[in-house]
Amino acid sequence: MPPELVVVEPAQRWPKLEGKSLWRHRDLAYFMSWRDIKVRYKQSLIGFGWALLQPLVSMVVFTLVFSKVGHVSSQGVPYPVFVLAGIVPWNLFSNALQGSGASMVANMPLVTKVYFPRVILPVSGALTCLVDFLVATLLLLVVMLYYGVVPQPTALLLPFLALLILVTALGVGFWAAALVVKYRDIQQILPFLVSIWLFLTPVVYPGNLLTSSGILRVIYSLNPMVGVVELFRWALVGVPLPPATLVVPSFITTIVLFTTGFVYFTKTEQSFADVI
Amino acid sequence: MTYAIEVQDVSKSYLRGSGAYRYQTLRDTIAAGAARLVGKKRTPEPRTRFWALNDVSFQLNEGETTGLIGRNGAGKTTMLKVIARITRPTKGRALIRGRVGSLLEVGTGFHPELTGRENVLFNGAVLGMRRAEVLRKFDEIVEFAQIADFIDTPVKRYSSGMSMRLAFSVAAHLEPEVMLVDEVLAVGDNEFQRRCLNRIIDIAEEGRTVVFVSHNMGTVERVCNRAILLRDGEVVADGPAQDVVHHYHSLAIPDADAAGPVSIDDLEAPRFLRWKMDSPEAVGEYTVVSGAGCTITFTLAVPKPMRDAFVGMGMYTDANVLAMALSGYDLAGECIDLERGLYDVSFHVPSLPLGRGRYHVRVSLLQFNGARVASWNAAPGLEIVRRRESTQIPPPLEGILVTDGRFTVAPAASELGASPADLRR
Repeated sequence: MPPELVVVEPAQRWPKLEGKSLWRHRDLAYFMSWRDIKVRYKQSLIGFGWALLQPLVSMVVFTLVFSKVGHVSSQGVPYPVFVLAGIVPWNLFSNALQGSGASMVANMPLVTKVYFPRVILPVSGALTCLVDFLVATLLLLVVMLYYGVVPQPTALLLPFLALLILVTALGVGFWAAALVVKYRDIQQILPFLVSIWLFLTPVVYPGNLLTSSGILRVIYSLNPMVGVVELFRWALVGVPLPPATLVVPSFITTIVLFTTGFVYFTKTEQSFADVI
Repeated sequence: MTYAIEVQDVSKSYLRGSGAYRYQTLRDTIAAGAARLVGKKRTPEPRTRFWALNDVSFQLNEGETTGLIGRNGAGKTTMLKVIARITRPTKGRALIRGRVGSLLEVGTGFHPELTGRENVLFNGAVLGMRRAEVLRKFDEIVEFAQIADFIDTPVKRYSSGMSMRLAFSVAAHLEPEVMLVDEVLAVGDNEFQRRCLNRIIDIAEEGRTVVFVSHNMGTVERVCNRAILLRDGEVVADGPAQDVVHHYHSLAIPDADAAGPVSIDDLEAPRFLRWKMDSPEAVGEYTVVSGAGCTITFTLAVPKPMRDAFVGMGMYTDANVLAMALSGYDLAGECIDLERGLYDVSFHVPSLPLGRGRYHVRVSLLQFNGARVASWNAAPGLEIVRRRESTQIPPPLEGILVTDGRFTVAPAASELGASPADLRR
């Protein structure tokens, strides 16, 4: 087999997909996530305990504030189950977003010293968060059983929903990762953005609470996380199926974010090593 | 014949000027955008383009080992980064046939919390190896690095030498068609450097194409059969390694240490500013005939008084072998005390015993206890030429040292009692 020919060219306006070299480096995405997970649990005292503690504490606090004090409706299931079924998908999103957003700068020495398809970095930054998500989902199942809420057969849709969340997080993450290389301020903005975003997403309250109908609801659900969090809760806990007006706009935003994010990332990726 | 690497008119520029900041801040961009909105024209910040590479072209054949040489900032590393696909050229293109493995600053991507074993797996993947490939070569890698006992210890507990060895070992066991090596041999002890070098020679002998960047000309001559000399981003010479290395030495680029006129008020510590060579048999300013008597004078600026000092100088061959050294203390029999001011310190040599070639001249100011206060690689170096050109073909061998002598031929006092005249019969 003659060796493959690689052409190193000036930055392109519309970069080609590096399919071949992505395939060659297919192990790398796995190894990146593997490394990040190992490092994370090696450095922390209680290891996987964090993945349990964080959603558990959020659940307790949110229950006290929004259910006991604020008397927020929980669509007929116990509020702790309701809110945890929102926290679990939300945490996957927020961790994956921040993980992929920080991935370029966190791996700066690699970016400036070795070639590999840069797309691997945000993708593996997001994939890493799946471990925490699995642990948190198990916690959610335990809490559900404790409150006597039986998982629905639609729970089989969860892997698909998790994928949807990752795609959404990556859409924003691609933008963030590429922008952080140029503007380090984004690193400060990201956590702030995420904490505001949480309250614009039906995590602690049901999606039909803020807006009743019409154009306002469509605008609200342009937030790509609205649809998927509602679906997640429906699929697992069995609250009523959200109306299409809460789901379809979210999907559209997700698709737009992901494609534009990917294109922007691959465009700017060409000069990362010079700028970072 | 296909080339392993074809570099076609590659240029690479960086923006300089406001680029004192390596990255912009969002504030700047927003401010600029806002200014544009209200129609204010911002005075453009002075930004100059700096060409790190300028129309560089060359082709490397499969299996060729090529040294990329030049001063700091000549563009060697940028060239390597283009070939390694880390950075893209501004103009032109490079064609590379086959997988590229790079030894650019080995150990990048080692994570201190992970064990040696985990880092080997990860680093292998970063360099483009499949998991199975890394596992297959795992034992070989560990053996080469000589850290078998510590392979399951976190790398943060390693000495720097150990992690260096491990990192080099991973990279050296890749099987790429093209191997890029950048100054990796500057670290590690002598024994390990020697083994690294041998490994690189092995790689080359397996028919892989090797591009080697080094400042050590001796190594370049030893490892490479070809060399390309870069200067200010352009190819100045390209050919057999020995010739190009010689060309490199003949480029009289002043040492950056001593660039520009210096006022003694600006100095914190003593510094050598310039040197000159005087000889009745000088051929050029820094060129002299082998065996000639000469006086070498260094100008030394001393900002603060200094007691019990002495000056030493050495001449080094291209291969960095110290050929000759002189100590001011030994010659004068005493140390010197220096007040603030400029001094000319001179070494007088009745007959320079060095053979033809280029020599690096290094001078140091030392305390009597041996502490080095200042030292300088005098630039340009000293060129020594043959006393008279030989008409003999091929030219006679010449060593580092030359000496006077006489040559005679006489009939041997033979036991046979035969004189040469008898033999002819």
